[in-house]
Amino acid sequence: MERKLMKGNEALAEAAIRAGCKCFFGYPITPQTELAAYMAKRMHKSGGVFLQAESEIAAINMVLGAASTGVRAMTSSSSPGISLKSEGVSYIAGSDLPAVIINVERGGPGLGGIQPSQADYWQATKALGHGDFQLIVYAPASVQEMVDCVVKAFDRADKYRMPAMILADGLLGQMMEPVEFPEINPDAYDKSGWAANGHKFKREHHIINSLYLQPDELEKSILDRYKKYEIIKKTETDAELYLTEDADIVICAFGATARVAKSAVNSARELGIKAGLFRPKTLWPFPVKEINEAAKNAKCLLSVEMSMGQMIDDIKLAINCSKPVHFFGRTGGVIPTPVEVLEEIKKLGGAD
Amino acid sequence: MAVVFERPKSLIDIPTHYCPGCTHGIVHRILCEVIDEMGIEGDTVGVCPVGCSVMAYDYFNCDMIEAAHGRAPAVATGVKRTNPDKFVFTYQGDGDLAAIGTAETVHVATRGENIVVIFINNTIYGMTGGQMAPTTLPGQVTQTTPFGRSPELAGYPVKVCEMLSQLTGTAYAERVAVDSVPHIRDAKKAIRKAFENQKEGKGFSIVEVLSTCPTNWGLAPLDAIKRLQDEMIPYYPLGVYKDVAEGVFPKTEGGEK
Amino acid sequence: MATTEILLAGFGGQGILFAGKILAYCGLMDNKELSWLPSYGPEMRGGTCNCSVCISDEPIGSPLVLTPDILIAMNQPSFDKFVKEVRPGGKVFFDSTLIEADTDRTDIQLFGIPSQQMADENGLKGGSNIILLGKVIKETNIFSLDTMKKGIEKVVPPTKAQLIPNNFKAIELGMNA
Repeated sequence: MERKLMKGNEALAEAAIRAGCKCFFGYPITPQTELAAYMAKRMHKSGGVFLQAESEIAAINMVLGAASTGVRAMTSSSSPGISLKSEGVSYIAGSDLPAVIINVERGGPGLGGIQPSQADYWQATKALGHGDFQLIVYAPASVQEMVDCVVKAFDRADKYRMPAMILADGLLGQMMEPVEFPEINPDAYDKSGWAANGHKFKREHHIINSLYLQPDELEKSILDRYKKYEIIKKTETDAELYLTEDADIVICAFGATARVAKSAVNSARELGIKAGLFRPKTLWPFPVKEINEAAKNAKCLLSVEMSMGQMIDDIKLAINCSKPVHFFGRTGGVIPTPVEVLEEIKKLGGAD
Repeated sequence: MAVVFERPKSLIDIPTHYCPGCTHGIVHRILCEVIDEMGIEGDTVGVCPVGCSVMAYDYFNCDMIEAAHGRAPAVATGVKRTNPDKFVFTYQGDGDLAAIGTAETVHVATRGENIVVIFINNTIYGMTGGQMAPTTLPGQVTQTTPFGRSPELAGYPVKVCEMLSQLTGTAYAERVAVDSVPHIRDAKKAIRKAFENQKEGKGFSIVEVLSTCPTNWGLAPLDAIKRLQDEMIPYYPLGVYKDVAEGVFPKTEGGEK
Repeated sequence: MATTEILLAGFGGQGILFAGKILAYCGLMDNKELSWLPSYGPEMRGGTCNCSVCISDEPIGSPLVLTPDILIAMNQPSFDKFVKEVRPGGKVFFDSTLIEADTDRTDIQLFGIPSQQMADENGLKGGSNIILLGKVIKETNIFSLDTMKKGIEKVVPPTKAQLIPNNFKAIELGMNA
């Protein structure tokens, strides 16, 4: 396999095309712009569709339309644009449609800034739109993982008929790293049982819809979806455990921040502090089993985030508040440094 | 005995939820007659709006998608771009198309998206109980213009065919009405032409249908028809606003997208 | 080899990101782990510009270079700002045509060459960045000349392949400066 150097944003796009994505609908926003530009250049060569929409809202609804016909569809944006897409994401979830949405996060709220951030954790994992629903949320920490996540996201979106999100950030989107593209054979899921692509007089008409005026019918549709979510919670969690076996202090960090945290963990080990890293690769479902394994010998945990601490609640719930969970974060586009994180580790881990 | 009149096959034989005297039923019927006559039901995907026709997916026998409020043109774009061989139409009311979905409407037209938009203009929000629509006439009383629509307070109505006919991507824009048999015949012809345009890859086609809302206008069905004739048609003149016979794209770039 | 952290900084348009890319591709050619991270945003359009490159035998942790082992500075503000951050024992390469090296630090090595002037005199317009890279490989042995040439061949787009010999010439000028 050839190692190539690629920007995270471009690797996301290339991986999507290789995963059988047949259409991309987007709207320009920093820092995900290279993704759309790459799609514009490459998509038509692979027989797919690239269209720059008039808004994020239109883009996500174009995704809904394409996905309704059984085609692998995707959109990407950055934080303020994802807020606009949230309406469409809710409709996609309510219509049981597969789709992939990429968020290359920047600082918020409002127009915020354009530097890397992880402050859309809550939005992605709790409430990307109105109503009872979830997305599968992947949090890659390298350009290679971005590729792997995209492939997986398309697969799982099809498998479970639900939206999947890649939650990246400006740092991952902009950086270049060596990357390899594995041979991808997109699993062909049979969509003929529901896709609205013309019945050819060979079947009943298909309706793609999220409207249920009878509460008991709506409730049933949601309960069915939540049965699916239970299966996903059991089977789809993923995390990296690094030096956690004997760790007194377990750092919890995802995405770009986990790289910073890993550097700090290595420095702490050099100082004789038993630090380890728990890195969730899926944010929903949250890797409950894995964090309990990682924290089994820990005295405390430290969540390190590029936000004001949006993952802390999930950590506390996952370990049933059995151990203290501390927090260190920078926000607004400021990237925490390994030295800063090491200082926090020293404060917590050097105490005994 | 020869059958001279029957229900279109693409119009599912169940009671609709529309109010007595509502003209949605007429438009549904002539749309389905066109689909039947062209034999395209199996290759058609329709997109419903949010509004009174939100549940039209239960009435049309082709594949149907229910869009978010105002987003039907974007959804239809997603369908058409990935399935250029299918016939794609949206069926939208005035709030959906000319208020919340204005951006989607303008851009689907300016892209020359090769779809058909059926636009029901009845000058009111029906589903939510009779509020001001972007097409509500000056002076018209609605729940949210209880003293009549004042242009100073609430602005002027949007004239959709006039507006969209300014865009290069619009191949065809015609305003029709369903208040009388001759007008209904014209309306059907317009819808047929719009679908033929799509078949030939001519670009964006819209048929605006002046319709009634007896319930929210507070009028008996026949009085509602009379209001359409006396008040709406003078404000929204019927006719062809744009018809680009050769289509909106240069032939060298290869007609249908 | 531990991780070598390199920071390149200057004005937008001086080829900061391009020089960083060459270093990144050199890492790729030598089968190293590496990362390349640009500053992005409005500063890309003519303001200050910088670029972090990490080269290592181990997977790269944070790709953001805060305390560089190697600093390549191409304008005064960048030199002034980042010379303070260079790791003790680190090396600073700068264009002495544009930069007056004013620093109290004695724990780092300074390598100033008039790269801008050299580029102009040798008909290598815009080659100042590459001349500095030549100086870097001469003084650090981070990459061989052969690797550097391969890196350049990878980065220069095929449509501009005629520029490759000039880049080679610039590297050699820097090595001999």
